Amino acid sequence: MVSVRPPARSPIRQPGFLFSGRRVSAMVLRYFYLLRGSLPRIVELCYWPTMQMMIWGFLSQFLYQQSEWFLRAGGILIAAVLLWDIMFRSNIGVAISFLEEMWSRNLGQLFASPLRPYEWAISLLAISGLRTLIGVLPAALLAIPLYHYSIFDMGLPLVAFFTNLLIFGSAVGLAVSGLVLRFGLGAESLAWAAIFAVAPLSGIYYPVSVLPDWLQPVAFALPSAHVFEGMRAAVIDGVFLTERFLWSVGLNVIYLALGMAAFLFAFHVARRRGQLLQMGE
Amino acid sequence: MSQYAIRVDGLAKHFGKIVAVDSLTFDVREGEIVALLGGNGAGKTTTISMLLGLLIPTAGSLEVLGVDMLRHRYDALPRLNFSSPYVDLPKRLTVYENLMVYARLYGVADPRARVADLGRDLAIDSFMKRPYGELSSGQKTRVSLAKSLLNEPDLLMLDEPTASLDPDTADWVRTYLKTYQDAHGATILLASHNMHEVERLCDNVLMMKEGRIVDRDSPKALVSRYGRATLEEVFLDIARGRPGPEPVAAQ
Repeated sequence: MVSVRPPARSPIRQPGFLFSGRRVSAMVLRYFYLLRGSLPRIVELCYWPTMQMMIWGFLSQFLYQQSEWFLRAGGILIAAVLLWDIMFRSNIGVAISFLEEMWSRNLGQLFASPLRPYEWAISLLAISGLRTLIGVLPAALLAIPLYHYSIFDMGLPLVAFFTNLLIFGSAVGLAVSGLVLRFGLGAESLAWAAIFAVAPLSGIYYPVSVLPDWLQPVAFALPSAHVFEGMRAAVIDGVFLTERFLWSVGLNVIYLALGMAAFLFAFHVARRRGQLLQMGE
Repeated sequence: MSQYAIRVDGLAKHFGKIVAVDSLTFDVREGEIVALLGGNGAGKTTTISMLLGLLIPTAGSLEVLGVDMLRHRYDALPRLNFSSPYVDLPKRLTVYENLMVYARLYGVADPRARVADLGRDLAIDSFMKRPYGELSSGQKTRVSLAKSLLNEPDLLMLDEPTASLDPDTADWVRTYLKTYQDAHGATILLASHNMHEVERLCDNVLMMKEGRIVDRDSPKALVSRYGRATLEEVFLDIARGRPGPEPVAAQ
């Protein structure tokens, strides 16, 4: 027996709003459902940052015994590894959430709906922030009893570092997502690899001054280099370098705009080439 | 308000040297059920993709529900929906989660109530809590249909809605679509290989071949003009290039 309800009394006739928080929250909900539905995924999110932190934590303990400098700069390696993980996880958070849609052949459904590509991109940034917090927070908390080091002692500068690295990692994630959209799932390994291209230049575990002279301007064109320089100043000298902070914010605005532009351009090309219906496993 | 749900003029899509759709011109009136009929590679899915805004045409204009889809597609998208075997829903999300996400994307006022209603109407409430990826083809088709009806669309585009279904489920889906169309006065554009389905459901048929519309009429009129017993025979005449009557309103 087939029955169909009569039309709703007030059928939906939404105009094409340029931006809808509801649509963004719908996509965040979609990724949240995915995360919530899989305990192994949540464990995996926490696992790698915790392992990294433990290795570098024990190395730090060893170095404290060997070097007076390390003794003065207590916790600098742990802070570095935790901040690096924020950048790495935010990049992965965007790229993996994006890949989920390609793996599930869902792009056609999404973009035949009123969802706009930039709303999707914003939802990717939001869920990336959540995934990063889930991943890095347990490692940061575990460092307190294990090594008597609390990254939270940095106070407000930590919020500045976290936000800047989150945005930079996400911007790289958006650009990578654009590349995968453009070149297909054959390029998906970029999602994991791309952020490592900027790691050597970011001065995560060493000051930018150790890089060759000609490479230092390239490093300082990255927001991450300013963040890690600022982190070292905060941990070793207990000062917050406002200039470094402003540089990282300014550069992040540019990188985020570039990442978003690359993503939207790839989306436009995908619509022209008919890839939204074809892409998937 | 336009009396046409779809107006297409000179629509073309080329992929490099391949011409997928070539100068299509057709109208679909509001409240009609129209079939796009043609063999594999005739251009049906490409045409639907362009109507949905998923694919940018190489040339031509298209208007859906009175909206120029090349300029203002977001004004029309909340009022239309689609279902296709070429897309899927996230497999790890449950049926309920999938429908809730899409209900919110379409701006449904009370997503929970709407999902619950569709769950009962389409007899999918017994597997609402199961991951979409674990469903059978028939169950997936029902869920996909539920997704396509979440926003009570004025225009429903269905690409092979009964492909890979057993005859019983396929019949059930056809009956549901007809009932929905009667209750809502909706327009349905249907791409199908199933002649029986088209004869049963559709007011008009657009016969496609190699990216062009080669004939159009009601199923009965086509059968009559070609002097055949069934629409399938007409389809075969056209697909195999047998000489037929002068096409009605050929391009």
